[in-house]
Amino acid sequence: MTRRELKNKAGQGLLALMLLITAALLLIFLFSIFKRGLGVISWEFVTQPPRNGMTAGGIFPAIVGTFWLTLLSILIALPLGILCAVYLHSYGRPRWFMRAVKVAIDTLAGIPSIIYGLFGMALFVNMLGMDVSMLAGSLTLAVLALPLIINASEEAMRGVPKDFIEASIALGATQRQTILRVILPTALPNILTGAIISIGRVAGETAPIMFTAATFYSRRLPRSVTDEVMALPYHIFALMTEGSKGAQQVPSPTEALWCCFCWCWEFHRRQSSSAIGSGGPDNGKDSYLRTEAQPLVWRQPRITRYRSLSL
Amino acid sequence: MIGPSGCGKSSLLRCFNRMNDLIPDTRVKGKILLDDVDIYDPKARPTDIRARVGMVFQKPNPFPKSIFANVAYGLSIQGKFSRSEISQRVEKSLRDAWLWDEVKDRLSSPAMSLSGGQQQRLCIARALANQPRILLLDEPTSALDPQSTAKIEELCLALKDQVTILIVTHNIAQAGRISDYTAFMYLGELVEFDQTSQMFTVPKDSRTEAYLTGVFG
Repeated sequence: MTRRELKNKAGQGLLALMLLITAALLLIFLFSIFKRGLGVISWEFVTQPPRNGMTAGGIFPAIVGTFWLTLLSILIALPLGILCAVYLHSYGRPRWFMRAVKVAIDTLAGIPSIIYGLFGMALFVNMLGMDVSMLAGSLTLAVLALPLIINASEEAMRGVPKDFIEASIALGATQRQTILRVILPTALPNILTGAIISIGRVAGETAPIMFTAATFYSRRLPRSVTDEVMALPYHIFALMTEGSKGAQQVPSPTEALWCCFCWCWEFHRRQSSSAIGSGGPDNGKDSYLRTEAQPLVWRQPRITRYRSLSL
Repeated sequence: MIGPSGCGKSSLLRCFNRMNDLIPDTRVKGKILLDDVDIYDPKARPTDIRARVGMVFQKPNPFPKSIFANVAYGLSIQGKFSRSEISQRVEKSLRDAWLWDEVKDRLSSPAMSLSGGQQQRLCIARALANQPRILLLDEPTSALDPQSTAKIEELCLALKDQVTILIVTHNIAQAGRISDYTAFMYLGELVEFDQTSQMFTVPKDSRTEAYLTGVFG
């Protein structure tokens, strides 16, 4: 074996080792959660409210609470974010102003989520008098999701080939028609990928809802947006910090269930984004799908960069 | 229009349907008269001009929509045609672009599933659907194989009774085959404009002669 071949093999081995270490960490993590948690998960656990001072019963109100919080925040953030991105992409002028807006958006994306929580409490809960409520929590989460959605949408629109835009303009379309009929439909799969990633992020956040929406215990389900709600991540946090022997009372079943959710979500995300991303037959010749499908893969690190900053 | 790369053929072509408006800080001097009206008049609406002056690009660029939706695009954005009018004109345009027989059974399948040559003819059909007075072709065959090129050339010859065609080409022989008049451009300047038969036999300018005989370019 020559020196070059040896180096090649060694490099490959090193990469494989790194992968192995990462995978092992993940497997140990999941195993420890599932070993203790899986036995407790039952139909009752997901359909009943907690009983006996949170030691028995289920987590149904927390599941419902997280569902509504996530849904509401995305319903607020998605239209707002996409429209912002359209302006940034297609109308952005003057240039210095757009640069300032972009710096603001990127800064927003880098802010630790506890700051969002405090901001949400100051603005929505206290100043606007919403109290601790689902609405205040959803708005706070929406502010957190906005930069993700704006960045993903703008990048998706920038990925639309200039050829399509020129073709549309050359046929007599106005800028508005070009945006609505060509740019947005073409960018939609990638915009939705961004939205789905931010749903995952929003659903898992604890800090922003801690002071704005979440409550430790509630037997009944939320009836309106002004109710405070239980939420899964906060539920885990609260159970951990409630007693005196933190290490021995890890809420494993809730964690295990959460992992299952994440799996389902990730699986669904892959399914749906590959389904939308490659719609229609692709004959490979000058097809935009082949070249443009790439960003789906390389865009992700950019977004996970923000994720790593969350609490 | 012929000339070496970078001599301004495409820039000139894009003046005729105001595509240069898309480039920030563009300045255009002079007049271009279409039916005795200056298309650069401040009152002229670029969208109307572009509906009357169709354009086909170098690389086939159908939208990622169905074949039908591609051809119907220009008509549906004008918002003044009924469904049946649109489908009639789509059929006529596809026939005029010699694509009808190849796609009539799969109008709803994606345009991206067509071959490169078919895609380019689809782009021609898409431009024809607006019933333009003038058709601008910006090197329409440079991304195509010889067979598809031949078909597009024949199509141009067939269409020239129906619509005025302005074509930019890198291919001198192609200009000789399909054009009635030829303009030779060099370094941003229009060097010579004459009947093709005239220019290809007795060019007036020495630079034209050098380019046509393959001394440079």
